[in-house]
Amino acid sequence: MLALTVNGQTKQVDAESDTPLLWVIREHLQMTGTKFGCGAGLCGACTVHVDGVAVRSCQTSAKDVVGKKVTTIEGLNGGKPHALQIAWVTEQVPQCGYCQSGQIMQAASLLAKNNDPTKQEIVAHMDGNLCRCMTYGRIQKAILRAAADMRNQSGS
Amino acid sequence: MTKIAKIPNRRIDLNRRSFLIGGTAAGLAFGYAAVSGLSGVGEAFAAGSFGPTAWYSIAPDGKVTVMVGKAEMGQHVSSAMAQIVAEELEADWRLMTIALPDNDPKYNDPVLGALITGGSWSVRMNFDAMSRAGAAGRITLIDAGAAMLGVPAGECRASNSQVIHTKSAKKVSYAKIVSDGKASKAWTADELKAIKLKTPDQYTLVGQSVPQLDIPSKTNGTAKFGIDAMMPGMVYGKPVMPPVRYGASVKAVDDSAAKKIKGFVKAVTLEDKTLTTSGWVVAVATTYEGAKQAADALKVTYDNGPYAKVNDDVLIAEAKKLQADASSGQLFVSAGDPAAAIGGAAKVLEAEYLTSINIHAPLEPMNALAYEKDGVWHIHTGNQFATRTGGLAATALGVDPKQVVLHQYFMGGGFGRRLDGDMVIPAVLASKAVGKPVKLIYAREDDMAMDFTRPLTYQKVKAGLDADGKLVGLQHDVVCAWPTARWGIPAFLTPAVDKKGALDGFTVNGADFWYTVPNHKVRAVLNDLAQKGTPSGQLRSVAPGWTFWAVESMIDELAHASGKDPVDFRLALLDGAGANAGGAKRLANALRTAVGRSGYGATALPKNSAIGIACVSSQERATATWTACAAQVEVNPASGEFKVNRLTLAMDLGTVVNPNGVQAQIEGSALWGMSLALFEKAPLDQGALQVSNFNDYTPMRMSQMPDIDVSIISSNQPASGCGEPGVTVVAPAIANAIFNAVGARVRSLPITAEAVKAAMKA
Repeated sequence: MLALTVNGQTKQVDAESDTPLLWVIREHLQMTGTKFGCGAGLCGACTVHVDGVAVRSCQTSAKDVVGKKVTTIEGLNGGKPHALQIAWVTEQVPQCGYCQSGQIMQAASLLAKNNDPTKQEIVAHMDGNLCRCMTYGRIQKAILRAAADMRNQSGS
Repeated sequence: MTKIAKIPNRRIDLNRRSFLIGGTAAGLAFGYAAVSGLSGVGEAFAAGSFGPTAWYSIAPDGKVTVMVGKAEMGQHVSSAMAQIVAEELEADWRLMTIALPDNDPKYNDPVLGALITGGSWSVRMNFDAMSRAGAAGRITLIDAGAAMLGVPAGECRASNSQVIHTKSAKKVSYAKIVSDGKASKAWTADELKAIKLKTPDQYTLVGQSVPQLDIPSKTNGTAKFGIDAMMPGMVYGKPVMPPVRYGASVKAVDDSAAKKIKGFVKAVTLEDKTLTTSGWVVAVATTYEGAKQAADALKVTYDNGPYAKVNDDVLIAEAKKLQADASSGQLFVSAGDPAAAIGGAAKVLEAEYLTSINIHAPLEPMNALAYEKDGVWHIHTGNQFATRTGGLAATALGVDPKQVVLHQYFMGGGFGRRLDGDMVIPAVLASKAVGKPVKLIYAREDDMAMDFTRPLTYQKVKAGLDADGKLVGLQHDVVCAWPTARWGIPAFLTPAVDKKGALDGFTVNGADFWYTVPNHKVRAVLNDLAQKGTPSGQLRSVAPGWTFWAVESMIDELAHASGKDPVDFRLALLDGAGANAGGAKRLANALRTAVGRSGYGATALPKNSAIGIACVSSQERATATWTACAAQVEVNPASGEFKVNRLTLAMDLGTVVNPNGVQAQIEGSALWGMSLALFEKAPLDQGALQVSNFNDYTPMRMSQMPDIDVSIISSNQPASGCGEPGVTVVAPAIANAIFNAVGARVRSLPITAEAVKAAMKA
């Protein structure tokens, strides 16, 4: 048994210690907002945060997150809508939507350290996240909008 | 004005009957479930709700749930259907929701007579039915509401989910009418037909960019895709794919190493009566990670079958041989006498155009969860063609198709991939073999290797110009696998105009263009080797994705050969003569719009930069959307490397239901077109697609995106589709821009720097 902290809750998981975190989250814990896209760290659909850092859960072993805080799309911003999620709706970003949990988690890790990114910084940070519907233009706009909203809220 | 032979209207004539009589060599029966499945639909029609037709119901709290028979794969078709219903229903948009019904034939497409989503057809073909369904509800609710208010129905109107007595301003909400049980009328087909619908000037919701109903759930992880389905007691399946795309058979399976994997259940060798798959084994285990490890541990020996040597070069050689044989193929278009016209032409151009094999690679890999309960097979998956896919499962299982329920989900990308039903076969057969629910998930590598691809296409175009530079004749041969013929559904084939049987019109659509060319012939030729060795499918935009590559490249070559500007040359051909009346002028207008907004001819560009143009009437002649693109490209003449800086698109699609949604589809489809043109290729060698994951099959990333400018041209004409045409127009526009920039004519997709450099020397 592995004890994992996911979205602030401790979960006991009956999985081999080298099981990819992705499958622990999706199938053992049945939290399906995190998506399987490639299994090779090439698409970003499985992006979650481990201690606030965006990682590819398909490339992270369950044992490596024991004692750390795992955050998935379901727990982003403590379950309250994150500025990015609001902006994603405002800009009508998703098409099929399958990659968007990963896109939002990846973007959240950028805004957590830089709430005023340039377009170039956004592209550099987001380029590992594939969107097969190619909603890239709207993703950029939504990140810029969310960053502006976060700056306004923090009064900076 | 030139008189041209009338081009037959090839409107697809599909109805339920033609589907039910359809079949394949494998004896496929078309599926339909007699048993209702998806909980959302059951709840929507629960006691106390009001459903004037099968298409929606109104709950006592006023919530309207629209049953969407269309597959939702990101085109927001579910929202569009709800928007059309809400327009006539006069419903408050905030009260609209959607549900995805299972494969019940009552949700069949009203025009196509089946549960199928493709062709950019959905809004066009469902607009009338959804409008009538909405209007039926409004009429019933006004009658009931007027009675409740004690006023004549004729003095009432409906707005925002309320019935309002105009004179007194008394009102009653739909919720109140339904919760009081005052509305119950079920409408017959004849009654629906007799309803007088709104005229476009009366629309208040159609034409508005209301927020898409499926989007919020796609930002917080709650949207359910097929891969998210769960069932108590389920085990997992991971396929083991053979070393060739098709034709292999399993000789032996050694599971001695797999048996040591924790949770391993069984290795199931598929005996697929539908012939959809060949040589597949499924490793079943209690966890997915276990199934994956077991799959890796299985030692399978194969007979690689008859297509183990095919590769791209072999397929191209075969195509050239077929094209050179005048007796091969069938005619799709035959007007005048092109051979004579070209024979007498002042200038003749002849060129070959190629497109590579491409795969769909939707981000959600193929998957299905299957189990049997009380004699009924349940399959949870997202699928674009539930009618056929349910039938495939039934045939594979040897059960009556009525006993197969397909539970529909959001699709993590469709793009035509989920028109096929291969994913249900390993799921149902593995479940049958182990007696438990099996959740089957392809690894990305499996998904790519076994894609039903866009076929490799070889096209030859020969055309003649008279002494004035006027196009007098054009012959166009299209040689490829026939993806839609593979389905074995006669209603999807097109009668050849030379009476030589039926051809797969979905390999030549678009070649019957709207340019006035007095002598014009289009021949469709089946590449049988490709058909058998590399089963192909419908990839977003299908035939127009390759026919317009050839047509719009050749038209540009002809313009340059005649010394005319490519825009002027096209506009002169779009004269709207004869059968081209109407459409040609709309296409000319779209072309002028895109060209104008691009700055073509007006903006000075740096050296080795240029704008190229193309215009298309995708998808079919009978369902055309008028689309043009101007691509601005800069080329490095030393290396052949090039960069697409800007795509300017204009699209006339008649009635626009949701402008922001249309904009999203044009953006995505144009980038798809560019990605196919520049970044995507699935090489075939040793009978196998040489792609494994997103390291070697590389769709466009954010850093590769150009600027995009989109103009939407709307009118009161019937709504046309917007999900695919953008794909078809971009590649020729880019190639034409490269030619304008540095004089290099590239005729093969994808366009590589090496090809540009080689063409500069030519």
